[in-house]
Amino acid sequence: MSILLDGNSFIAVHGFTGEAGTFHSKLCMEYGSRIVAGVTPGKGGSQHLGVPVFNTAGDAVRSAQANVSLIFVPPPFAADSILEAADAGIAVIICVTEGIPVLDMARVKRALSGRSVRLIGPNCPGVITPGAAKAGIMPGYIHKRGPIGIVSRSGTLTYEAVWQLTQKGLGQSTVVGIGGDPIAGSSFIDILRLFEADDETKAVVLIGEIGGSAEEEAAEFYRKEMSKPVLAFIAGRTAPPGRRMGHAGAIIEGGSGTHDSKIEALKRVGIRVIENLSEIGEVTGAAMGVVGVPEN
Amino acid sequence: MKLLEYEAKEIFSRYGIPVPKTGGVIAKPAQLPAALKRAGKGPWVLKAQVLAGGRGKAGGVRLAKTPAEAREAAKAMLGMKIATRQTHGSSLTVREVLVDQAARIEREIYVSVAMDRREACPVVIASAEGGMQIEELAKSKPEAILKERLCPVRGIEPFQARRLAFKLNIPAAGLGAFVRFLCALAKIFIELDASLVEVNPLILTPDGGLLAIDGKIVIDDNALFRQKAFESRKDPEATALEREAKKVGISYIGLDGSIGCMVNGAGLAMGSMDTVALAGGMPANFLDVGGGASADQVKAAFKIILKDPKVKAVLVNIFGGIMRCDVIAQGVLAAAGKVRLGVPLIVRLEGTNVKEGKDLLRRSGLPLTLADSLWDAAQKAVAAAGGRP
Repeated sequence: MSILLDGNSFIAVHGFTGEAGTFHSKLCMEYGSRIVAGVTPGKGGSQHLGVPVFNTAGDAVRSAQANVSLIFVPPPFAADSILEAADAGIAVIICVTEGIPVLDMARVKRALSGRSVRLIGPNCPGVITPGAAKAGIMPGYIHKRGPIGIVSRSGTLTYEAVWQLTQKGLGQSTVVGIGGDPIAGSSFIDILRLFEADDETKAVVLIGEIGGSAEEEAAEFYRKEMSKPVLAFIAGRTAPPGRRMGHAGAIIEGGSGTHDSKIEALKRVGIRVIENLSEIGEVTGAAMGVVGVPEN
Repeated sequence: MKLLEYEAKEIFSRYGIPVPKTGGVIAKPAQLPAALKRAGKGPWVLKAQVLAGGRGKAGGVRLAKTPAEAREAAKAMLGMKIATRQTHGSSLTVREVLVDQAARIEREIYVSVAMDRREACPVVIASAEGGMQIEELAKSKPEAILKERLCPVRGIEPFQARRLAFKLNIPAAGLGAFVRFLCALAKIFIELDASLVEVNPLILTPDGGLLAIDGKIVIDDNALFRQKAFESRKDPEATALEREAKKVGISYIGLDGSIGCMVNGAGLAMGSMDTVALAGGMPANFLDVGGGASADQVKAAFKIILKDPKVKAVLVNIFGGIMRCDVIAQGVLAAAGKVRLGVPLIVRLEGTNVKEGKDLLRRSGLPLTLADSLWDAAQKAVAAAGGRP
């Protein structure tokens, strides 16, 4: 098993005919993902990359049985696309778009609350279940199927972690980028809960960064509800307070969300904290009892 | 995007929030007499317009009872450098001074509207104990901080404003004014796509009125496309180099160390800085060339990093995902041809076509060091920069 995405995921890409949508949809299809529909208002009835394009998400669900949305729509319109996908009954919505106004996301969260829809992102690399499906912008080939679940607030940092694990022979069940925005569709907790219930996942690597309190909340969740081991790396030890480090999320505000407070919260509940980014593969390997796996 | 105090108060005024009678900002002492006239009868308060909390303690706020005192204060403040606990070691030069009529203060209250990440909605934060010590108060006496969650569409409901008013012990005669004030504050937050609208202090005057003595507004950068009034405004906090980087789509923040860092992706960039520190060095900057990292971006990034005279070595850490390593290597080579390096260059490439990328760099004859892992690269960069700073 895996979480969120598998071979039965029928993906509708919103913003399918745009530059980013086209480029990444192609790579997803090459990886083996079943992209069954594009959603571009005004281009319904046409074909793009050999896939039918629809005017609305509702049409994509009715005519192509789409059950996952992958959103590349530009920031001014992305929140609307999320709401449209949810309204069409799509259960898993993955929003890659970076730069959505925070107030738009607050409105989206309110609109989706209490409904059985899982939003991943925005401002995230997406989700991949190695060997089964990729819905996002991550390089597919660095992944390998296996027992490690990964959940991360960062993009390239996740690739680095995945690569180290794969080099050690440690595959991944599903890799989920929850995004670096202040208001995210899913929290660490939401994804940890899914990994805890997933048979294939034996351990989880959590990649966090400074700002907010998502890591502290994850630590509390781990203490109360998780039986599987979690290892964590937190970026931003050297980041100065008050400055925005690329992500809207990576900013230390008024003493909260510091590197130290997160490390302390994680360690206190028994989560193994990896201090050196270069040792994610090694430390996870040791924790999983992988000894002497040669690096290739 | 942070707004200066006088900009925030202009907005308050537009939304019907009472602010002190003002003479506006002056940039030269010669502009003072006219400003005093506009502000009405003294005493006056002169306030340095810098983006730093705690400026009062640093001499950035002065009371003047006479025009002569005001002149003294204006002369002393214009051009002065201010460093507070919020400027993180650097200092800001005062270029503008706001001249307000001083108000008689009965009581000070803290009120702000902020985006609560955890609740995913705006919240009003208020405390009966206003003034300069709100951060301290949040730590030492969290129960003194009142919170009210808002609807991100409708803003605050009058009953929520009343509830806060009673908890803050606003006198009955001032209730209507307080409710109007809070509704206006929430309206500013929503209409301007703010991430923070703060009034500290809000004062109650002896005649039962309200006055916003100081204000801070932060606009969500992601919303600038629809907040046209602020779109073209330059970020007063950014340095010249940071602005130059932003123009070419590079996220750059100058730091104090000696190792220039070029990385793709914000998280990996922070992680690389941390690794440099673990290896015993100090990063000279945060730099994210973007997840794609095209050859042009790499070239532009080199130029920016090398403009910082503190840089003693450059560490390039690129995880070639969608962008292949051989393409990035070509970017490095193109940049090295155009930019005089002058400092050791350590390159760590990983990902798609890594072998081809490394071969390209190796064959180029350029004086660069290839590293096998990030840890290896960080150690080599620290050694090349001369060890610990």
